[in-house]
Amino acid sequence: MAEQIALEITRYSPERDKTPSVASFDVPLRKEWVVLDALNYIKDKVDGSLSFRWSCRMGVCGSCGMTVNGEPKLTCATFLSDYAPGPVRVEPLKNFPVMRDLIVEITDFLAKLAKIKPWIIRRKEMPVSEGEYLQTPDQLDAYRQFSMCINCLLCYAACPVYGLDPLFAGPAALALAQRYNMDSRDEGKNERMDILSQHDGIWGCTFVGECTQVCPKHVDPAGAIQQYKLTAAQEWLKSLVFPWGGN
Amino acid sequence: MFRYTEYPPKGYRVRVSTYWWTSRWAYVKFILRELSSIFVAWFVLETLLQIHALIGGPAAYGDFWAFLRKPVVIALNVISLFFVLLHAVTWFNLAPKAIVFRLRGKRLPSLAIAAPNYVAWVVASVVVAWLVLRG
Repeated sequence: MAEQIALEITRYSPERDKTPSVASFDVPLRKEWVVLDALNYIKDKVDGSLSFRWSCRMGVCGSCGMTVNGEPKLTCATFLSDYAPGPVRVEPLKNFPVMRDLIVEITDFLAKLAKIKPWIIRRKEMPVSEGEYLQTPDQLDAYRQFSMCINCLLCYAACPVYGLDPLFAGPAALALAQRYNMDSRDEGKNERMDILSQHDGIWGCTFVGECTQVCPKHVDPAGAIQQYKLTAAQEWLKSLVFPWGGN
Repeated sequence: MFRYTEYPPKGYRVRVSTYWWTSRWAYVKFILRELSSIFVAWFVLETLLQIHALIGGPAAYGDFWAFLRKPVVIALNVISLFFVLLHAVTWFNLAPKAIVFRLRGKRLPSLAIAAPNYVAWVVASVVVAWLVLRG
C-alpha cells in the first residue's frame, strides 16, 4: 500500500452542529499532490459531504484559500509532501464566519471592495471612437504589483486588525484602491481619498505586515497602505497650508 | 465608513482570543514593536526630568543622579534601551515599505531607502557621544 498522510479537517454543519469539530482522513501521500488534491480525493472517494471552494487549481482564481497548519495558504499551491509525515491540519480561513466545513462567508469583503470603487474613474468618459487610454510601461509598472490581487483573502485571515475590528476595510480592498489611484488613466483619487482616509480605512492599519507575508501573488498590501498613509498625510498638510484648495 | 455586512452572516464565528498574538512569532514581534513606544515615552520623560533637575541646581541634580543609580532604575533603563533600539531598527526597516522613489522608472531598492536612515542614526549617535564624552 502506498504511503499515507493524515488530514485533520474542520467539519461544521450549520444545521447539525453547534460548534465545529475535527475529522481525520488518511489520503495517499503523492509527491505531486497539493492539499487541494487531497481534499478532492476525500470528496470523491471517502466522504462526498465534505464542502470546500475551489476552481482553477493553479493559483489564479483565489477560491481555495484555507488555513493549513495554522498558516493562511492557497491549498492548490501547498504541497502535501512539505508536511510529511503529517498530520496536516486544514481549517477554514480565520477571521471570517464559517458557513460549512471549509467554506467561509465573504460578503463583508465584497461589500468593502465595492466601496473603494475598484474601477477606473474618469471625469469625462472618452468615446471609443477617440481610441484607447494609452499608458507607458513605466506607468503600468507603478501599479502593476497591486493589480495582481486575486481576492483570495489570505491577507484578511492573517490580519489581526481585521480579526479584532470587522469594520476595518482590510488589506486587499485598500491595496486595490491604491492600484486604481496609481493608474495613470484614473481620475478618482479624491473620491477614494474621502472613503479611505477615515478611521476604518488606512488609519485602522497598525502595520503588522503579515498580509504581505502571506500574499501568494506578492501584492504587498501592507506597503500599499503605508504608501497611501503617506499620501493622505501629505494631502492633509497641503490642505493646512492651502486651505482654499490646491488641487 | 463601512457597514458591517449587508447580509448578516449566519455562519459560525470564532471569537479572537485575547492572546491571539502568541499564535505566530510575527505577531509577537509586532506586539513587542508596539510595546516599544512605552519605553520611548519613558526615555522622553526621563530626559525631561533630567532637564528639570538641571534647572533645579546642584542639589536637585545630585538627587537625580542618586535616583538613576538605583538598581531598579538601571534595570528599567537597560530594558528601555533594548526596546528603543528595537523601535529604531524596525522603524528604519519598515520605512522602505512606505516610501517609494522611482529613478528612471524603476523603484529604488529597499536598501537605498533604509541605508540613509541608518547612516543618519550613526552620525547623530556619534555627535551626541562626542558632546557627552569629550570631557
